[in-house]
Amino acid sequence: MKDTLIFEESREGRRGFTLPAAGISGGAKEDFLPKAYRRSTPAALPELSEVEVVRHFTGLSMKNYGIDLGFYPLGSCTMKYNPKVNEDVVLLPGFAELHPLQTAETAQGTLELLHGLITDLCGITGMRWGTLQPFAGAHGEFTAMKLFRAYFDHRKDDHRKKILIPDSAHGTNPASAHLAGFQVVELPSDPEGYVDLEALEEHLDDTLAGIMLTNPNTLGRFEKDIRLIARKIHQAGGLLYYDGANMNAILGHARPGDMGFDAVHLNIHKTFSTPHGGGGPGSGPVLVGESLEPYLPVPDIRRDGDTFRWASEHRPRSIGRVSGFYGNIAVLLRAVCYLRMMGSEGLKAAGTLAVLNANYLKRHLTSLFDSPDKSLCKHEFVLSAKTWKEKHGITALDIAKALLDRGIHPPTIYFPLTVPEALMIEPTETESRETLDSFVDTLKDILTTAKKDPEALHRAPEKMPVSRIDEVRAAKTPILRWRKER
Amino acid sequence: MHPFLPHTDRDIQEMLDFCGLQKPEELFADIPEDVLLKKNLPLADGLSEFEAFRLLEKTAAKNRIESVCFLGCGSYDHIIPRTVNRITSLPQFYTAYTPYQAEMSQGFLQAMFEFQTMICELTSLEVSNASLYDGHTASCEAAVMALQACRDRNKVLYAETLHPFTKQVLRTHFYGTDVVLKEVQAPSGCFSLAALEEELDDDTACFIGQSPNIFGFLEDYTGCAEALHARGAFFIISSNPLSLAVTRSQGEWGADIGIGDTQVFGLPRFFGGPSCGYIAATEKLTRKMPGRIVGQSVDTKGRRAFILTLQAREQHIKRHRATSNICSNQALAALASTVYLSLLGPEGLKETALQNMAAARYLYDRLTALPGITGYAGNPFFNEFTLQLPKPAEQVAAEILKRGILAGVPYKTLDSRGSENLLVVAVTEKRTRDELEAYAEALQEVTA
Ligand SMILES: Cc1ncc(COP(=O)(O)O)c(C=O)c1O
Repeated sequence: MKDTLIFEESREGRRGFTLPAAGISGGAKEDFLPKAYRRSTPAALPELSEVEVVRHFTGLSMKNYGIDLGFYPLGSCTMKYNPKVNEDVVLLPGFAELHPLQTAETAQGTLELLHGLITDLCGITGMRWGTLQPFAGAHGEFTAMKLFRAYFDHRKDDHRKKILIPDSAHGTNPASAHLAGFQVVELPSDPEGYVDLEALEEHLDDTLAGIMLTNPNTLGRFEKDIRLIARKIHQAGGLLYYDGANMNAILGHARPGDMGFDAVHLNIHKTFSTPHGGGGPGSGPVLVGESLEPYLPVPDIRRDGDTFRWASEHRPRSIGRVSGFYGNIAVLLRAVCYLRMMGSEGLKAAGTLAVLNANYLKRHLTSLFDSPDKSLCKHEFVLSAKTWKEKHGITALDIAKALLDRGIHPPTIYFPLTVPEALMIEPTETESRETLDSFVDTLKDILTTAKKDPEALHRAPEKMPVSRIDEVRAAKTPILRWRKER
Repeated sequence: MHPFLPHTDRDIQEMLDFCGLQKPEELFADIPEDVLLKKNLPLADGLSEFEAFRLLEKTAAKNRIESVCFLGCGSYDHIIPRTVNRITSLPQFYTAYTPYQAEMSQGFLQAMFEFQTMICELTSLEVSNASLYDGHTASCEAAVMALQACRDRNKVLYAETLHPFTKQVLRTHFYGTDVVLKEVQAPSGCFSLAALEEELDDDTACFIGQSPNIFGFLEDYTGCAEALHARGAFFIISSNPLSLAVTRSQGEWGADIGIGDTQVFGLPRFFGGPSCGYIAATEKLTRKMPGRIVGQSVDTKGRRAFILTLQAREQHIKRHRATSNICSNQALAALASTVYLSLLGPEGLKETALQNMAAARYLYDRLTALPGITGYAGNPFFNEFTLQLPKPAEQVAAEILKRGILAGVPYKTLDSRGSENLLVVAVTEKRTRDELEAYAEALQEVTA
């Protein structure tokens, strides 16, 4: 495989695409532009023919791994199968070629689907209404924090600035709350990730704005006291936020709305099967209950009989826009197609099988790591390689790197921060029993090697296009772009 | 049986047995009775793939897309090489997660490194990242960078000629914080240094301008960088990156941060998203950058390798002290733009930009020659201009739509304070001479 950068493959005078013969421009020149507005140094873009561009990027794709290749038990990320039909749906010209500033009358198809999607997502989460604008989970968190702010400001409760977040929470939670203008207070959790109720009690004062939780929690356990927590927070005048990254576990079995949450974000690119695209685009709709509805972003989509329209006038207390247009529409349309195919029964079955797969794997694996743990988990669970590190010098990172050589994407490692040498495993419902069994065998094989020949694991990966990469050097002397050698 | 669920009844039973359970419901025995859902979710019954596709195809047909598009204001109808979607549809690209495991993700990491390089080249700035959500939220991230870089300041200035939706996103972003947003007046629809100097003080962290601005005009920022820097404030310019092929870039104007949206590079309009926000900055702001950044390093054998770097800025390490909360970004859209730029190359991009400019100029001259129609006068424009019509623009656009043409964006639909007779028109390389002539005829009829 070649390992050149596209710039290094460039040859002056090549072109990979031509334009229609210029009817109008007929030799358009920069002369149109007065000198002061002209660019002085041309942008050094690469020059290649079409086939060279295709080979370059196809070659790069071969140095990458996706779910279409195999198992991807990346905890907290819900790497389920991405149905192919969804990709064709969004390329229908009626969807792909629609301009965001067309009038609502000319966009009835999409508006109908988006309206229906909010309705469905509310049904799934037990909330009242929502917004599809947020571009990802973290953006949804941020949006919900602004809703909290608006709620308190309207009630003249603007001194409420404290947001409680468990120490096991995903990093985006504290980052979103802080950037939205709140003070983050870290809440200790017990070894199973449950909220420490005594510690919670200490913070129930009139500076409390609310709490950000995920349920099942970060360790994959269902927070049994959730109704009690909700009651306490509400009694203290606070609000509850649900991080929906773990929603896959409870699809059709429980709903954040019924647990007492006031706002929910969903990760469409996790729970609703849309591809993660090597880092995005995702989508992070926010659904809310009655108390926060007046503050939702505008524009909202309203239905009048059989027609749909944008509306803002009914939301005088809205926090405003959170995205330039209406969010990642093509991602949302994929979710619409997924929901149509799953239906109510299919979605519930997905939740059940996600949990079955996780428990099946957990039964197999806990005994390999620490003391056998027979308690139920939900869609994922966290193992600790602490003992392996102490006894054999094998870290979670070593195990992950060894998995690479065996053609499996590793679990999430070193998250949550509360578990030493964490390996967070989320199989999802779209994996077969054979896949899970073979993953177990592979891990056993790695652990056998760990005892016999730990050095072999420190050398891993050996079958990837590159071996372990010097992270420190990358951060110390950052090279963040290519430059022509002089 | 469901095509996405591989479990046979026997699998389920045996797996339950293994877990010491009898029935699937027992998997949820840890959910307290009072939160366990007893009814079915209120969703329609599941459909086969064929039925679902049919249904969506029918619904897509309710969208009217046959009209010729002269709409812009942040989303444009450009030619998209077929190759782009072929590449972004490669399964190892689009079904991958964020490249946390670098050795297994060299392909995407390298592509993002190439994207970063291209953005640096276009903006004439030194560092970039692997994308932001969109061009509008990029303005918030850029402002936060400036605020963090100069600590004790809390004032963010922005141009009146910024996209009204960007202003709205900024307002939401800083709502409830101690950041003060202040608009710098643009008396003639263009940036004015005098107006900036009036607002500029020692609390100012940055000024955000946009060029081409919302009316399509290229801003003249002569003296702007000097004025801002003299006061210790940062200069941020948002630009349609296609214009940068021929117009003075952010770096060339002396800006510290360049932002915008790469939708114009190979991304369909998709009713507004996904597009792809870009950001680039001077080297000294490197450690203040938001989001994912790919860096070059070496592996244990000394070979060149790529990896997510400078993670000490990020939420998973810094938690609430992170420079940004962004986690998932718009990577696949950034890849599409990287492929687009690789195909066009410097000459192709320049030719595209010039064709846009020429076509826009042609239509502008044609339309402003019509009775009662004047150009909203100002600086030179790129591929977008604004007309002053004798009637409300919404009414005119509705009439022209009946003739199969999306005439432009009535400015008032973006900004309720705006004049109702202004129409913002975008012309791309996709428009033919016949389409431009048809537009001119239609406008003449409608305004006669
Ligand atoms: C628990 C949790 N919350 C929030 C997020 C952030 O979601 P996104 O990457 O879509 O911004 C993630 C993503 O990994 C997550 O796992």
